[in-house]
Amino acid sequence: MFRRLPDDQRAIVRLSFDGRAIEAREGDSVAAALLANGIVQFRTTPAGNNPRGPFCLMGTCFDCLVNIDGAANRQACMIPVSAGMAVQTQHGKKSIT
Amino acid sequence: MSALPGLIPGVVDVAIVGAGPAGMAAAIVLARVGVTVAVFDEGPTLGGQIYRGIAATPLKRDTVLGKDYWRGSKQLEEFQASGAGYFNRSNVWAIQSGGEDHAVAASRDGQAQALTARRVLIATGAMERPFPIPGWTLPGVLGAGAAQIALKTSALVPEGKIALAGTGPLLYLLASQYISAGVAIEVLLDTSTGWRGLTALPGFLLSPYARKGVALRSSLRGLRIERGVTGLRALGDGRLKRVAWHGGELAVDCLLLHQGVAPNLNLARATGCALDWDEERLAFAPRSNRWGETSVPGIFVAGDGAGIVGAEASVAQGRVAALQLAVQLGAMKDSVRDAAAMMVRRQLRKALRGRRFLDRYFRPADECLVPSGDTIVCRCEEVTAGQVEDAIAQGAIGPNQTKAYLRCGMGPCQGRYCGLTVSAMIAAATGRSPQQVGYFRLRSPVKPVTLGELASMPSNDAARRVVEPA
Repeated sequence: MFRRLPDDQRAIVRLSFDGRAIEAREGDSVAAALLANGIVQFRTTPAGNNPRGPFCLMGTCFDCLVNIDGAANRQACMIPVSAGMAVQTQHGKKSIT
Repeated sequence: MSALPGLIPGVVDVAIVGAGPAGMAAAIVLARVGVTVAVFDEGPTLGGQIYRGIAATPLKRDTVLGKDYWRGSKQLEEFQASGAGYFNRSNVWAIQSGGEDHAVAASRDGQAQALTARRVLIATGAMERPFPIPGWTLPGVLGAGAAQIALKTSALVPEGKIALAGTGPLLYLLASQYISAGVAIEVLLDTSTGWRGLTALPGFLLSPYARKGVALRSSLRGLRIERGVTGLRALGDGRLKRVAWHGGELAVDCLLLHQGVAPNLNLARATGCALDWDEERLAFAPRSNRWGETSVPGIFVAGDGAGIVGAEASVAQGRVAALQLAVQLGAMKDSVRDAAAMMVRRQLRKALRGRRFLDRYFRPADECLVPSGDTIVCRCEEVTAGQVEDAIAQGAIGPNQTKAYLRCGMGPCQGRYCGLTVSAMIAAATGRSPQQVGYFRLRSPVKPVTLGELASMPSNDAARRVVEPA
């Protein structure tokens, strides 16, 4: 979906998306990291279970909500990556467990 | 000052929301005259969206992001040297205004805190105007502003076949930035309706925008531009596959939409600031006096959040507001304020020259403001234009009724991406002006806050004020 220009020389950070290992750069938001790895669908909607990906990348649209380290409804565009982070697709409504 | 959440002060003279050009400019002036300032910003770094990531961007070649971007470095340095408190990744979700001071609640890393501020400056900037076309919710469709943020913060550019669509200076700026970064664009689909700007042309030609426009146009040589595009739609199943318009269709992997920006006004609205409709700029903005003070005494606005003016004018507005704040707080004499304000207002007038032409020339087409049929209006609750039309026919006379009928505007974005559309649809259907129709009523918290955050908020007078009903 997105590719990185060769200008980016920041250190590599390793995390996972739906159990798959992916690489990001230090300072990336989670959303930027996923987009750079070809991931464009981040969740399905609670209202209609439709696929959705990031739209605004500045914290206003809430379309990039993902599950991070077990916590649901995290804004992928506002949260910086960290090593070992486990990011997962968010499906529909958050369930109360 | 450090950006650790534990150091958010309990009491401050001025709380500023937003560390973009307006917020930073105000903080610099206030800190200089000894007023204590705490600046809160949701983003990880200073600069707002216009100078997004300027101190940390991996894209250091100055040819891609351009001179106007790198100009922000100077203000950043001044701000950092000013002594103003700065709290990044801090989301201000409530302002409870009352008499002599105001309670301000902010969250950072899942921890909420409240402080008392004698005055508040809301400098929340702009967001991209909603662009409700069929398929705009498909993964692979993003705002052009969003794509520019990815470029600024992570040196990311779209892969595969790319189309840009809509209108506005930012759309063309992004095209130019991609071209200089070596990114191929299939097509730019221009939806603007033509030459409405003629009457404002003389002012434009005398402004710095004219020179920028000429340079921008020459950088776009070779780009396929379709003009007067109507019937724009994104097609795909599960993700974007094609973009279509009346008279054309193209396979694409990424569609970047843009039709200008509008004030990000949720916080001001929820604080109780009266809004006015601006017909020239097709948006609501908080009503304010010549110093930026809103209808709520002690709450000020400056920059794009007070009405779209651009970065340079935002700096001037931030300074103007700061001068009045300093006087109200007893840190400056009227005469000093007036002398300084005269100079700053001259800068402001200069910075605003040519804007009227831009507003008119890049005015969005009516069909892109008032959607119909199955087009989604409310992205969060997936409410269609047809449903909103039905609700209006059934007697929804204002935006708040569409909430009650359809949950339109009640999802996590809190109407940010449907509010202007709903007001425009009701205005068009009932023959009233958007001023008469009004905007969604908004309440705090303006961003989602967990019960855990509320429950663990350190108890103080300000915290009680923001969570207890007035």
